[in-house]
Amino acid sequence: MTTETLRATVTTRRTGVITWARVRPLVTHVVLAGSALVMLYPVIWMVVSSLRPGNEIFRDPGILVKDLRIENYRVGWNALTEPFTRYLLNSAVVVLGSILGNLVSCSMAAYAFARLEFLGKKFWFAIMLLSIMLPIHVVIVPQYILFSHLGWINTFLPLIVPKLLATDAFFVFLMVQFIRGIPRELDEAARIDGCGRGSIFLRVILPLMVPALATTTIFTFIWTWNDFFGQLIYLTDPHMYTVPVALRGFIDSTSSSSWGSMFAMSVVSLVPVFLAFLLGQRFLIKGIATTGIK
Amino acid sequence: MSALGELGSLRGKKPPGQKKDNLAGYLFLAPWLLGLFLITIGPMLASLYLSFTDYNLIQAPKWIGLDNFTRMLSDERLHNSLRVTFTYVFVSVPLQLAIALLLAVVLDRGVRGMAFYRSVFYLPSLLGSSVAIAILWRQVFGTTGLLNQVLDLVGIEGKGWISDPSTALGTLVVLNVWTFGSPMVIFLAGLRQIPSMYYEAASVDGAGVLRRFFSITLPLLTPIIFFNLVLQIIHAFQSFTQAFVVSGGSGGPSDSTMFFTLYLYDRGFGNFDMGYASAMAWFLLVIIGVFTAANFFASKYWVFYDD
Repeated sequence: MTTETLRATVTTRRTGVITWARVRPLVTHVVLAGSALVMLYPVIWMVVSSLRPGNEIFRDPGILVKDLRIENYRVGWNALTEPFTRYLLNSAVVVLGSILGNLVSCSMAAYAFARLEFLGKKFWFAIMLLSIMLPIHVVIVPQYILFSHLGWINTFLPLIVPKLLATDAFFVFLMVQFIRGIPRELDEAARIDGCGRGSIFLRVILPLMVPALATTTIFTFIWTWNDFFGQLIYLTDPHMYTVPVALRGFIDSTSSSSWGSMFAMSVVSLVPVFLAFLLGQRFLIKGIATTGIK
Repeated sequence: MSALGELGSLRGKKPPGQKKDNLAGYLFLAPWLLGLFLITIGPMLASLYLSFTDYNLIQAPKWIGLDNFTRMLSDERLHNSLRVTFTYVFVSVPLQLAIALLLAVVLDRGVRGMAFYRSVFYLPSLLGSSVAIAILWRQVFGTTGLLNQVLDLVGIEGKGWISDPSTALGTLVVLNVWTFGSPMVIFLAGLRQIPSMYYEAASVDGAGVLRRFFSITLPLLTPIIFFNLVLQIIHAFQSFTQAFVVSGGSGGPSDSTMFFTLYLYDRGFGNFDMGYASAMAWFLLVIIGVFTAANFFASKYWVFYDD
């Protein structure tokens, strides 16, 4: 900030253009705040609209609430086959299973790639990087056939088991990057103290890679919570619906009266994502900046 | 720094003179290897096989040679879905990256409250893929939606943006552009890497803001632009949720939002025409592969590496 002001004063003195140098930061702020407001306005409006009587969604573009009503939430919560609690719990199970799976399997693979020397390492590493870019559609049909033969349709297994096998290779890459930044001397010291590979991983590497684990947790949380394609395909029984699949059920009843409750439940579904963003944005931003994905 | 750079530098690296540790290596890699073969490579090969068969999940797959692929040649809906997908990819990705770059450059110039703006602009990237936001989009661009209510205030009569085939795809483009936050954060990280002495030297030589942008920022940022371009194109080709929810699962009106992935879902999981869906999936893989390869090839002519 100080260099900026300094530069501003210098230019002012040199050229005599006092006004623009003073006004520029203000203009920038107005433009930035304006675009931020335009971007987020629809979301804010959705939150406000969900607290109004249903039909006002089609009349009031403003974001002032005169009387706050939670009617939409009460109705929306019970509008589908199951109370919304059920869908939230289902989503929670899938999300927690996915987080656990990713943390265990990706950190193991990452340790191997970052620290161990073994035959064919470069080859597997290249395959791992390529698999990050593989479209899910190429494997979804046979996966569906495989999981339906195993009797896993309408269970959470097709959504969780792949994570236990590190199929989210993006996180393997993220963790490899992180482990490479941990000084090898620490491994050496532990080895001299008599630690094997396993205990170096558990006692040295894992505790030091907590930030990478946190990034993985938050991204897995948000992506799995939002994921629609997989959950749409594997979960067809309303008892097993997760939040995104359940929300889709609202769309089939498009009478204007249901929009209020649809908005309310949409807001409910966004709250966990928003909280994860608030608590974890430090890790999120760092995660994207260091690996450059999503 | 990135997965792509990593892939490019694999050849050059010399193995460190460390003792091989095959057993431990493969033990730690075991879950990933199992997943690679069971969940990725196995199904890939299976879908390659299925793409040459007629298979409806009930009867055994019947070998029909290239029939699925010749059928694709004459499938008008498939051709339409390609047009829709290509339009979406080649309009929304450049727009999204241009806005991301613009805001990253503005934020990088030491704006007070930069972290706050960065977070606000990044938030839509996290929300954008959710069903909830797709539902919101359905309302905002509907006949009596938020956009038309606002337009009404200033005396403009709107229309049903989603029910009109000529604008429905546009609403999805807007949705993708809306999520410019993640490439913006990557650009910001890239801008940090540019040594400030370049700018100082240019200022001394009397270069203005625009000149500095086009002669320093842009060339030095080309690797990041390239990286974002490759990723966002791959990503956009696979878009599904938004089109599915906004169109109510139909890809309508009159197939105007029928993405390739939506048509694939419709064939495979709507009609259980698994052979044809597999052929389509492989075609998608080839398209993405070709565009990624073309991107890498073209990068030789415009991406500038500063070392």
